[in-house]
Amino acid sequence: MAIGGNLSWPNAWNWTRPTDEQPFPHSHGARHMIINLAFDVFAAILLLSAGMVVSSRNPVHSVLFLILAFINAAILFLIAGAEFLAMVLVIVYVGAVAVLFLFVVMMLDVDFAALAEGVQRYAPIGALVGLVLLIELGMVAVGWTIAPGAAAARLAPMAGGLTDTQALGALIYTRYLVLFQLSGVVLLVAMIGAILLTHRERKRAKTQNLDAQHRRMPADTLRLVTAELGQGVSLPSPAPTPAKEEV
Amino acid sequence: MPVALSHYLVVSGLLFVIGIFGIFMNRKNIIIIMMSIELILLAANLNFVAFSAALHDMVGQVFTMFVLTVAAAEAAIGLAILVVYFRNRGSIEVEDVTLMKG
Repeated sequence: MAIGGNLSWPNAWNWTRPTDEQPFPHSHGARHMIINLAFDVFAAILLLSAGMVVSSRNPVHSVLFLILAFINAAILFLIAGAEFLAMVLVIVYVGAVAVLFLFVVMMLDVDFAALAEGVQRYAPIGALVGLVLLIELGMVAVGWTIAPGAAAARLAPMAGGLTDTQALGALIYTRYLVLFQLSGVVLLVAMIGAILLTHRERKRAKTQNLDAQHRRMPADTLRLVTAELGQGVSLPSPAPTPAKEEV
Repeated sequence: MPVALSHYLVVSGLLFVIGIFGIFMNRKNIIIIMMSIELILLAANLNFVAFSAALHDMVGQVFTMFVLTVAAAEAAIGLAILVVYFRNRGSIEVEDVTLMKG
């Protein structure tokens, strides 16, 4: 990564990002044990809350457990050294997506009890499919190793001395710039699509009719009358007001 | 990475299976189905990050960011479609969605 050596930030966090000289540090110190313990605890909370997401009767509880699952996944990201992605996960998922879910769940007046009726019927087949998938994943995992050429085939080896955010920025603003911008386009399309789908014309709302205003000429509304002395003018009956708009 | 790669793989595999199980179990409630999809994508992201850390390759994290982007867009569009559908039909049961069946 072509970054000058002038980026010498305090590397207090760099215990999560070993350099290439020590790819798999197996220091069996107390810190190592604590990190492993923390991983186990947060992974357990993650899996439990994921289970509660799919098995909870109340969808609001499901969303709240989803938030808990995302927070714990962010902590696992942090343990793996992906600090920026952990923060993005918290901000984007907990702050935006989960709140969006919560908003929709609370806004829709759905009889969730009726929706939960078929759970008993579908749980066995779901458990069967899940079991088959788990066995398949286990079979893959048994005889699995990292290929010997994997280290040579890396596209962007991590440089030592850079924080995760710096390394990620150095990559997405140079080599993956086009893809990064295209992901922005994806978000733009999603935003426009969501607005277009859910936007509702409110007929009661009073809005400006620019077209009618611009077409309006003085002759349409203004009439000059020369009044005879002492007689006044006879005004025509006022034009019928336009029919009320359909509500 | 202070934690072994296999730990991460086990966690993400279990998360993936929970997500699949959720899709099958809540076949009527499309909101829970969408949350299960989020869980599945989270499992994929966990895999990407774990391999990125184990191989010391930043591209895994770059790809995770793109997955996060697409997942956020998918959630927004999906929920918008859900709201429109509920407005039109008054129900979000997946099995009621048979308009295009012919």
